[in-house]
Amino acid sequence: MNIIVCIKQVPDTQDIRINPETNTLMREGVQSIVNPFDMYAIEEALRIKEKLGGKVTIISMGPEQATEALREAVSMGADEIVLMTDRAFAGADTWVTSYTLAKGIEKLGKYDLIICGKQAIDGDTAQVGPGIAAQLDIPQVTYVKKTEEIKEGSARFERMTEEGYEIIETPLPCLITVVKEINIPRLPSLKGKIRAKQAPVVKLTAKDINAEADKLGLKGSPTVVDKIFAPQKRTGGQILQGETQEVVNKLVDAVKDIIIASGKT
Amino acid sequence: MDYLLTEEQVMIRDLARKIAVEKIAPVAAEYDEKEEFPWPIIKILAEADLCGVYIEEKYGGMGGGAMELCLVTEELSRACGGIAISFAATALGTYPIILFGNDAQKQKYLPDIASGKRLAAFGLTEAGAGSDAGAIATTARKEGDHYILNGTKQWITNGGEAEVYTVVAMTDRAKGARGASTFIVEKGTPGFDFGKKEKKLGIRASATRELVFNECKVPKENLLGREGMGFIVAMHTFDKSRPGVAAQAVGIAQGALDHAVKYSRERKQFGKPISGFQGIQFMLADMATELEAARALTYAVARMVDSGAKDVAKESAMAKLFASDTAMKVTTDAVQVLGGYGYMRDYPVEKYMRDAKITQIYEGTNQIQRSIIAMELIKERLR
Repeated sequence: MNIIVCIKQVPDTQDIRINPETNTLMREGVQSIVNPFDMYAIEEALRIKEKLGGKVTIISMGPEQATEALREAVSMGADEIVLMTDRAFAGADTWVTSYTLAKGIEKLGKYDLIICGKQAIDGDTAQVGPGIAAQLDIPQVTYVKKTEEIKEGSARFERMTEEGYEIIETPLPCLITVVKEINIPRLPSLKGKIRAKQAPVVKLTAKDINAEADKLGLKGSPTVVDKIFAPQKRTGGQILQGETQEVVNKLVDAVKDIIIASGKT
Repeated sequence: MDYLLTEEQVMIRDLARKIAVEKIAPVAAEYDEKEEFPWPIIKILAEADLCGVYIEEKYGGMGGGAMELCLVTEELSRACGGIAISFAATALGTYPIILFGNDAQKQKYLPDIASGKRLAAFGLTEAGAGSDAGAIATTARKEGDHYILNGTKQWITNGGEAEVYTVVAMTDRAKGARGASTFIVEKGTPGFDFGKKEKKLGIRASATRELVFNECKVPKENLLGREGMGFIVAMHTFDKSRPGVAAQAVGIAQGALDHAVKYSRERKQFGKPISGFQGIQFMLADMATELEAARALTYAVARMVDSGAKDVAKESAMAKLFASDTAMKVTTDAVQVLGGYGYMRDYPVEKYMRDAKITQIYEGTNQIQRSIIAMELIKERLR
């Protein structure tokens, strides 16, 4: 089993601040972490490898600093790490990111399974995983919460839906995105951490992946950010007090007022 | 304070801290309440390669020593002294093998202990022999290729849960202290049984049981060192392991101080957080200062042990004495800072106070530590 896991380094959202002038994220002094959903992807890859043998390769597109995130994956047990870094990649939207990662994956050679987290916690788009599958023209199963079976040439997954779940059988190679229900990611081990420190990083630049230059980075991105704004903070609601009957009456009146105000009577 | 740890020591400390914060702190109160042995946590420590930090690489460990053992014990104790001692007591049971085992004994036992597959325990104390180890009544008589053990060990940490026991028994009672020997006894050996699990004031996640030997047949290859070396084995073991108890005490005190500082900033009286009152500030300042002094002494002694220094009895005793007395004081003051809340089981600090008490008692009471220190001082004058 050759498994590729795509990860992203993101700012730790437990410590988030927005610049009130520009409405952009303040990144100075904010800790970087592996996107939490990608941790489930790494764990699932390691579990499949432990069961079936093979190799887990972690790939990330980002600045030099993203190497830290890749090394963390090695401390958990990943075999190889690949960093796609180039000025030409900067400013990519989800379309271009999918294209670039797909090109990088093609460059790595034969693979059986690609695993991504369902989305990154900074952009929250959930588009890059499916985008890579589309670029590579392989099947995709999103929101996977359980790996049911993996055999020679095919696999079966449980996919979470809003109402329940679907069981999907797919030929390999394929791409899956995983949700947090799928596993509990392991902690790194000491031997893993020592190995991670020395692990060689394979670096891929725009030149290495035979990409069309005008399809990369900000230039290739069809997405235009028109405006960024911070949503208004929620003000605490109104709390009704008194006898039950009285409170219910007040509540009904309040709802009526809202409906009338909205003009949808 | 910066203790100039090596890169690997920082890794070890950070990993132990991560486990303490993410995996131990959330369950510490539950284990204390249920008095259950923390096997799931032991498994996590094993997977993280922390069980073998003080064991040679040749035998599957990480190649560290007392300092690495102290760093892990301290970090785990910061979350739960009871869970931490299940880890540290294995080191106590393993040291006799590390210090006095031959290569065959090391090959046989250390790799499984280093990987966390098996826990160890040390069996010295008996009902009638605590500080006075010369009064040991457990006997080992030689019969052909075996020793036959008879007697009962009391209050053995990890008793029943560990699989490898290093046990001190008398091979020649007539010689008194020089007639004791140390044996490796495996769980499951016929004639080796366990007594009831003790109910304790603190460190309640740890298991404390009697070891009962009744015509227990141990192969002669399991003798550590030579016959008659039992006390030397025990004393050298304690010299190396006492910084570990000191580290446990430092960790417990740090955990209690963390809670006290946090609470003092949240608790408001007379219209402001109590951290704004000098009465509280001075308490916190004293707690932190004494704790740092205890940590500095503990690390200094651990490093002295690791340097290969021949005689560390006095320094080891000092670290254990000072750190455990400090832990008792700091945890008692932490309860005081939290006032009525501190006395309630719903808040974690009363547990730290209960857990701290044992560090003044085991691996030699603090009165015995003072005797060791005084004896060494007097001996030094005679030289």
